[in-house]
Amino acid sequence: MLARRSFHFLKHVLIYAGLVVFLSPFLIVILNSFKKTQYFVENPIALPDTFSFANYADAFDKMNFLQGFINTLLITVLGVLVIILFSSMTGYLFVRFDWKVNKVLFFIMLAAMTVPFQVIMIPLVMLYGNLGLLDSKGILIFMYMGFGIPLGVFTFHGFIKGISYELEESSFLDGASRFRTFFQIVFPLLKPVVVTLVVLDVLWIWNDYLLPSLVLLSPANRTLPLSTYAFFSSYSVDYGPLMAGLVMTIIPVLILYLVLQDYVIKGISEGALK
Amino acid sequence: MKKNQALRNTGLFFLFGGPSLIAFTLVFLIPFVVGVYLTFTKWDVINNDGSFVGFVNYVEVFRDSTFLTQLWFTIRYVFFTVIISNALAFLIALALTTGIKGERWLRTGYFTPNLIGGIVLGYLWQSLFSRVMPFLGQKYGWSLFETSWLTNTDKAFWALVIATAWQLAGYLMIIYIAGISGVPKDVIEAAKMDGAGNLTILRSVVLRLAIPAVVVCIFLSLSRSFLTYDLNLSLTKGGPFNSTELATYHIVQKAFLSNQYGIGQAEAIVLFIIVAAVALTQSYLLKKLEVES
Repeated sequence: MLARRSFHFLKHVLIYAGLVVFLSPFLIVILNSFKKTQYFVENPIALPDTFSFANYADAFDKMNFLQGFINTLLITVLGVLVIILFSSMTGYLFVRFDWKVNKVLFFIMLAAMTVPFQVIMIPLVMLYGNLGLLDSKGILIFMYMGFGIPLGVFTFHGFIKGISYELEESSFLDGASRFRTFFQIVFPLLKPVVVTLVVLDVLWIWNDYLLPSLVLLSPANRTLPLSTYAFFSSYSVDYGPLMAGLVMTIIPVLILYLVLQDYVIKGISEGALK
Repeated sequence: MKKNQALRNTGLFFLFGGPSLIAFTLVFLIPFVVGVYLTFTKWDVINNDGSFVGFVNYVEVFRDSTFLTQLWFTIRYVFFTVIISNALAFLIALALTTGIKGERWLRTGYFTPNLIGGIVLGYLWQSLFSRVMPFLGQKYGWSLFETSWLTNTDKAFWALVIATAWQLAGYLMIIYIAGISGVPKDVIEAAKMDGAGNLTILRSVVLRLAIPAVVVCIFLSLSRSFLTYDLNLSLTKGGPFNSTELATYHIVQKAFLSNQYGIGQAEAIVLFIIVAAVALTQSYLLKKLEVES
């Protein structure tokens, strides 16, 4: 009994100590974001003598943080919105009408999910570049829509299949159109899948680097990953502000995560095991 | 009447499917088809010469010794990343499903590295490997850490593996937790009644019944690490001396710096075929181990 209890205790110690080690990279960055670069170089694990936000102010300016934040927010919110809206409608279409064309299109989308971005990026940049369509946030949002639709349709398709048709039929008897029935009766039932998709898509679009680096060329259009990259490649010795810059890019998602943590965890596990 | 119905159906199709299909076609389908075609042409930005050359680009891919070296480097990186991240994730998941206090917050904590993208991940670890670890190494005389890992090819390789596994483990852990919690309690009880030890239960009950989760996790970690780019760019920038360039890094350079679109695209397709082949083989092999629960 004693052995069992001490094992139980040891397990707790190990798993909590493990977490501290696991998260120590974050702790070290936060710690040093308050120190002058000179003190970071001298001793990166010492506590700062005085907590100074000078690095934050410095990074905020040099990174053009506000601009990057607004761009990223705009692209992520609109991108996720159009993906959810249109893929739910298409998922519904594919479930409720078993026309041949729908089956073929659904199959093509499933196949598309296995193709990595690497295979698309060169022709994508070439085609849109030739048409002079690069360097626009609108086009980037449209591209996220195109890349996000297959997973969205697949996920909604799986869920809508399980919803009984009777509810919709009574709505049709009341004279409602297909369009209205979808938004009034079906869409509200999709909440669990919407949450899953929002989580997966936000994490993807907010943090994405490669696609925006190819599409958004002018500094004014930069998203946070792009401005982080620009900042680090031009100030690579000034560690203090760099650490502050990292903390600032992490904080917005961190706040969202702490508020929505259960949804995020649920979203990931349900998204994966489907 | 029939014609009316057909018209209405067409309207419905375009109303519900139109926007999705337009975006999907313009962003994915057309570039995909053009991309395949591109590999059979001599296309590059300067000459704008779209003449057909057959399989020349693919032959070029397999004669490009730099690409082959980097492909081998990528395969080794994927191999170690997949093993380490999955082992770590499975262990944490096991520990977190045995009734520990504060399970929810522990889960939240271990997942945190996944909130950051590859660029931030790379710079975070870059400052650790190039500043913090050498400091500790010199202070306490740990020779392993005395010089920055990023200045040595072999150590920079492990830096890439560690940073990737650190992030992936938290993600995979979530899926393993779902898989392990799905193992019915009575099956475990029955095994205990039959006198099975903890290790036996783990190996022949839990692991077996969690096979779907294992398949998903290995698949995810394989495809994510095969396609790593951002981390590579921010952590090592391909250095020292271009020795740590992963496949995607090479493709981006080939296409957008050397402007060799045709060869770059052929390399992308070769990479895709390798990823698909490895991913399908693993899930085929692992699914054979699955038992009906």
